[in-house]
Amino acid sequence: MSTVTTTVALEHRSPVRTLGWAVPALVILLALPFVVDQYQTILLAYGLVMGIAALGFNLLLGYTGLLSFGHSAYFGVGAYTVALMVKYLGVTSMELFLVGAIVACVLVTAVFGIACVRYTRIFFGILTMALSQVLWSLAFKFFWVTGGTDGLRVPTPTLLGLVTGKGDKIAFLATAYYYYVLGVFVICTLVMWVIVSSPFGRALQAIRDNEVRAEFVGIQIRQYRWVAFLVSGVFTGLAGALWVPLNGLTTPDIMHWTFSGEIVFMTVLGGFRSFTGPIIGAIVFNYLKTYAVGYTVYWQLLLGVVLVVLVLSLPTGIVGTAERLWARWRAR
Amino acid sequence: MDIVVIHALNALLYASVLFLIAGGLSLIYGVMRIVNLAHGNLYAFGAYVSAWVVGLLVARAPEGASPSTVLLLLLLPAGAVAAAAFGALLEPTLLRPFYKRAEEYQLLVTFGLLMIIDDVIRWLWGPYPLSASVLFENFGSLGIGDAIYPTYNFLVIAVGALAAVFLWAFIYKTRFGVVLRATSQNMRMSSALGVNVNRVYVQAFTLGCLMAGLGGAIIVPSQSAVLGMGVDALILSFIVVVVGGLGSLEGALLGALIVGVVREAGIAWFPEIELAVLYLIAAAVLLIRPAGLFGRA
Amino acid sequence: MSASVPSPVLLETRKLLKQFGEFRAVDHVDFRVQEGEVLALIGSNGAGKTTLVNLISGLLRADAGQIIFRGADVTAQTVHQRIAAGIARSFQLVNLFDQLSALDNVALAIFSRQGKTRKLFSLADADRPVWDEAMAVLHLFRMESKARLSAGGLAQGERKLLDVAIAYALKPRLLFLDEPTSGVSTREKAPIMDTISSVVRSERISAAIIEHDMDVVFSYADRIVAMHQGTILADGTPDEIRRNERVLTTLIGTPETRG
Repeated sequence: MSTVTTTVALEHRSPVRTLGWAVPALVILLALPFVVDQYQTILLAYGLVMGIAALGFNLLLGYTGLLSFGHSAYFGVGAYTVALMVKYLGVTSMELFLVGAIVACVLVTAVFGIACVRYTRIFFGILTMALSQVLWSLAFKFFWVTGGTDGLRVPTPTLLGLVTGKGDKIAFLATAYYYYVLGVFVICTLVMWVIVSSPFGRALQAIRDNEVRAEFVGIQIRQYRWVAFLVSGVFTGLAGALWVPLNGLTTPDIMHWTFSGEIVFMTVLGGFRSFTGPIIGAIVFNYLKTYAVGYTVYWQLLLGVVLVVLVLSLPTGIVGTAERLWARWRAR
Repeated sequence: MDIVVIHALNALLYASVLFLIAGGLSLIYGVMRIVNLAHGNLYAFGAYVSAWVVGLLVARAPEGASPSTVLLLLLLPAGAVAAAAFGALLEPTLLRPFYKRAEEYQLLVTFGLLMIIDDVIRWLWGPYPLSASVLFENFGSLGIGDAIYPTYNFLVIAVGALAAVFLWAFIYKTRFGVVLRATSQNMRMSSALGVNVNRVYVQAFTLGCLMAGLGGAIIVPSQSAVLGMGVDALILSFIVVVVGGLGSLEGALLGALIVGVVREAGIAWFPEIELAVLYLIAAAVLLIRPAGLFGRA
Repeated sequence: MSASVPSPVLLETRKLLKQFGEFRAVDHVDFRVQEGEVLALIGSNGAGKTTLVNLISGLLRADAGQIIFRGADVTAQTVHQRIAAGIARSFQLVNLFDQLSALDNVALAIFSRQGKTRKLFSLADADRPVWDEAMAVLHLFRMESKARLSAGGLAQGERKLLDVAIAYALKPRLLFLDEPTSGVSTREKAPIMDTISSVVRSERISAAIIEHDMDVVFSYADRIVAMHQGTILADGTPDEIRRNERVLTTLIGTPETRG
């Protein structure tokens, strides 16, 4: 392999090589609840959920070249859809929640997307942020619907019509729900992998690299960006729906733009130039934040310093840096 | 009738402070093409420093007596000076390495900065609100018809108006203003013509931070400094600059007035959707006139 | 090619106009391309050549006038529609997908041509016919050894060729090439033009080439159109252009004014 080809970083072209990483990783994720305690398992479930959100987000940032500062909106739409389905419809089925979240996110992203994909760069960022803040302020102010800052409580759902969380909630979250999340995570990862490896995914990368040229190979840029926006938002919304039962409560905080900032943070932490980067970043960020919050009231300071140092010295993130070190080690 | 006057004054009050914050944000973007997400925190920093200084004076004053209003007024701009000094420190150390990098990285580093400054404020001044209300109270209030209105608020409005006039003169009537405008038009060209771009950048950034800090300093006597005020202010300033046009000072002024009026009207008549209406206005302006009402395309 | 056998008109512009403020970059231009010919567009910088190509390819919108391609009015069509109709182009400043490999660059054009870029749920890499075709295109342009290299890492001459290869992969009827040899050394110009010329002629694609190098123009073009200040100054075979006084004085005689 030539040294130049390693700059073609985004796609791991051989499915076999990808599987070589994915299978052991999946085995570890399957076995982990038997090894670590319930708290750790639940923490990992949070990480996987955020992994789905970041994966969706990165379809825009890493593959389409659009930095959204408003993905908290879609996460929140997913979460609030679940909470409102509980509150007004008395639904308990997790599958219905997921379907509801997808439908709601398609509707919201379809409308937001029409506006947002007309812009790129900083204007895209500001517009996505402004629109997400609209939803945040509605969730915040319409307390008789959304519970305002108190949020809405969500009981443990029924999984596949079989498993309920009656009784020991923690045990439910650490076993049945963990595997449920893992299942959805695996499906989402596979679907996203297919999307970025599809001709459509290639077209997005082309748009990212060179908008004008992409147009002159016949790609209708806005349409493609809109579809990417939709898919991206739906993934993040799905993550929001999965997140609510874990948290037991949804508050407007998850709609605030600073939460969007966290999604950007975890994606860059893992490395937005690689497919697995956002997943790794989300899991690591989740641990980092959880422990930082537990360790000091100044956790924001800690994370802020991590972010600044990261951007200054490791712009390719964990995965990008690991790949570079791995390549260097193999070259010896 | 009186109530309309009160509402109008409140709208002007908001607009004054917002103009200072958003004008700073816009100035920095106009010259350096950087959107500083930590800008709101510099406003918060200014508010905290001023409140802290006022608090020190009050603590030193003899029992029962209040420190002199004149002295307090003279020391109030301490927050603006502190924010400017902070900015002068930040630009060369943290931002300069990023001018040649992609926008994403610039946004991220300022987002990290936002988190850091938030906690630095918490560490320095604790989690409780810091008040400088003594100054606000010393000014008393004025009667407007049957209603009364705090005299101090007139001062805030005056400072906002003065700042706008001063900035206009500064940008359009001084040599430095010419250099600033030239650099914002074309950084490479200015550099080729012998302008020290690094110096212009640090000056512009410092000036922008000074404005944010001044906004914090003048508002803190009437509203205590609280955690989270920076993030809220940033979002409102975004609306202002999006409406007015990123990089335009006239736009920031107009945007601040619009946001001030809508906010005041919203609080009075449609409190539930006041913020939503503001964000929707911003989104609508972006859609109809992407460069803002005063922006360059 | 002699003018005795008139080939059908492929593209025609009628009183095409583009203004930038007061400046008429393209001033009521009537321009024709015939089936199967290789045409050179010459003229000094600012003569309106690139603007004309930008108008026909859809990068710019015309202020007035018509563009007729294969008998249909395409003036109001989008870039996408014009490409589907058979108009493709390359760029003066090379325009590639730098992070993708050379092969990916060409394959993308093929996927797009076949409407497959609308597919979200199929693996691009599994589509053998597309990759075979992409490889064949690179072979035609003598670049198969560079297939796996990222486009950003190629030499300037190779980038120029790849740019043309991408446009060619769209299977156009009419190909616009905006200075395909600019920015490469004189030594490289002939091989690049030989490659392009052989591909275009063997596939009977009509080509319009913007070119400053008169040696290139006279050796490869069937017909030459000279532009000056937004209008067409002269139109004829290389021999006719060589003898044209106005062209000689305004263009060829003053090489130092050329960019």
